[in-house]
Amino acid sequence: MIKTKAILATGGADAPSAAAAGESRPEPFVPKISVRNLNFYYGKAQALNNISLQIPEHRVTAFIGPSGCGKSTLLRTFNRMFELYQDQRAEGEVNLDGENILRSKTDIARIRSKIGMVFQKPTPFPMSIYDNIAFGIRLYERLSRAEMEARVEGCLRQAALWDEVKDKLGQSGTSLSGGQQQRLCIARTIAVKPEVLLLDEPCSALDPISTAKVEEMIYQLKTEYTVVIVTHNMQQAARASDYTAFMYMGEVVEFDLTRKIFTAPRESRTEDYITGRFG
Amino acid sequence: MIPLYARRRAVNLFASSLMFAATCIGLFFLAWILWTTLKLGMTAMHWDLFLKDTPAPGNGGYGLRNAFVGSLILMGIALLIGVPVGLMAGTWLAEYGGRSRMANLVRFVNDIMLSAPSIEIGLFTYAIMVDPMGHFSAISGGVALSILMIPIIVRTTDEMLKLVGGEMREAAIALGAPMWKVITHITWKGARAGILTGILISLARISGETAPLLFTALNNQFFSTKLGAPIANLPVVIFQFAMSPYENWQQMAWAGAFVAIVFILTISVCSRLILQSAVKRS
Repeated sequence: MIKTKAILATGGADAPSAAAAGESRPEPFVPKISVRNLNFYYGKAQALNNISLQIPEHRVTAFIGPSGCGKSTLLRTFNRMFELYQDQRAEGEVNLDGENILRSKTDIARIRSKIGMVFQKPTPFPMSIYDNIAFGIRLYERLSRAEMEARVEGCLRQAALWDEVKDKLGQSGTSLSGGQQQRLCIARTIAVKPEVLLLDEPCSALDPISTAKVEEMIYQLKTEYTVVIVTHNMQQAARASDYTAFMYMGEVVEFDLTRKIFTAPRESRTEDYITGRFG
Repeated sequence: MIPLYARRRAVNLFASSLMFAATCIGLFFLAWILWTTLKLGMTAMHWDLFLKDTPAPGNGGYGLRNAFVGSLILMGIALLIGVPVGLMAGTWLAEYGGRSRMANLVRFVNDIMLSAPSIEIGLFTYAIMVDPMGHFSAISGGVALSILMIPIIVRTTDEMLKLVGGEMREAAIALGAPMWKVITHITWKGARAGILTGILISLARISGETAPLLFTALNNQFFSTKLGAPIANLPVVIFQFAMSPYENWQQMAWAGAFVAIVFILTISVCSRLILQSAVKRS
């Protein structure tokens, strides 16, 4: 993935202020998505307030914050999902590899193929496990039977689901357990080879064992994808992410390396939140 | 405390008994109708019903073949027109219209159409088709039945598609699927049992309609499959034969009613089974 991209050894305006400060080895910060002056409205109510933020490539970035702070709203601007609803509107820039996707003339379906999304509730399609994966692939590629089978197997392996479903690929996706369904949804999302993975509270409907499996998977996935995860669970953010953005009332209060956010936050509001004093 | 609970129990008992009585009254009449039709219809059954056409007045003879075939043709025309129109309109309401003013207007009009007296639909079809054509015809009968069918299909399709969660739609769109693919591959599939049930219910509803056919398909004493000509059909034949003075005609009316009831029962049971198996699978 070699492109003409600014590699910021120390943070720029929107990058973590002290991404490398105090670290023995500076962390290279390559922005994949950069948000500039983003405002978002539900009808007349403003949900995001002049947000500027950079999401690093091949890292896991977590959005944390109390309910209603705008985490999911922000995530849903990254693939213009909000456009499905008439009264929702975004102003500002969301740049993917330097291209503002909010103004882009590129077909939105092409942008969405580069930015996969997994939702809070598992949403297997009403079709077989195999077709759940193949559906997305067929949107973009014409594969032979053998190629398709190999691809489906590869995705299911990556999602750590293959061993559990290899003998029942023809069964309905809805017959799986909640945790399996969610891993199926992740497999389905990576099947179309996106560059970015948006995870909107992917574990909130799962038990601890399934959650651990999904977190393990997220960790593996960052070698290939840029991952953004919205979570209510601060332990999860601490365990699974490299960077964390703390949001409050439609603003990004603090964005930094996860270990800094959780050990030495700059803002008192961040500290109050992660220590459980509010939210 | 105790008097309070005693009162609750008494009210509960009273309300339950009322509901039980209401159920019994409903079931009683249903059983009565079925029993009478079964008893008189079974004795009137004969293979000739399906092999021979309706006899001329006053003569002997037995047969309803032309009426059965005619009714099937009319239902076929109604399905051919009603299913695509109803499905498209219902899909538009659920997937594109949403809660917009236009969609709500369409829903309101559709609800009125749901309860429109069928005789008015017959008159309307007479005015727009039979009168200009100058004669009664099978095609106008099919159109009249399809007009009765469409609002039922629109309503069930709209409701069933709305039951498919928004998350599922979003998930498919997030993969980059175009809207038409989301609808045909995901939401229709998710709602197919409900949509199919709606179509079957609408078919059951129109299979016994008589009034609109009096103004459109009329009747035909002979076997005919011509769409441009009047066509025999079960409801009108039953009406005509049951009111006639001829013993064999009255018998055939009962037999026809019996076949019609069996047909509707079969459709209802089928739609139940389809829904149940869909519920089990999900």
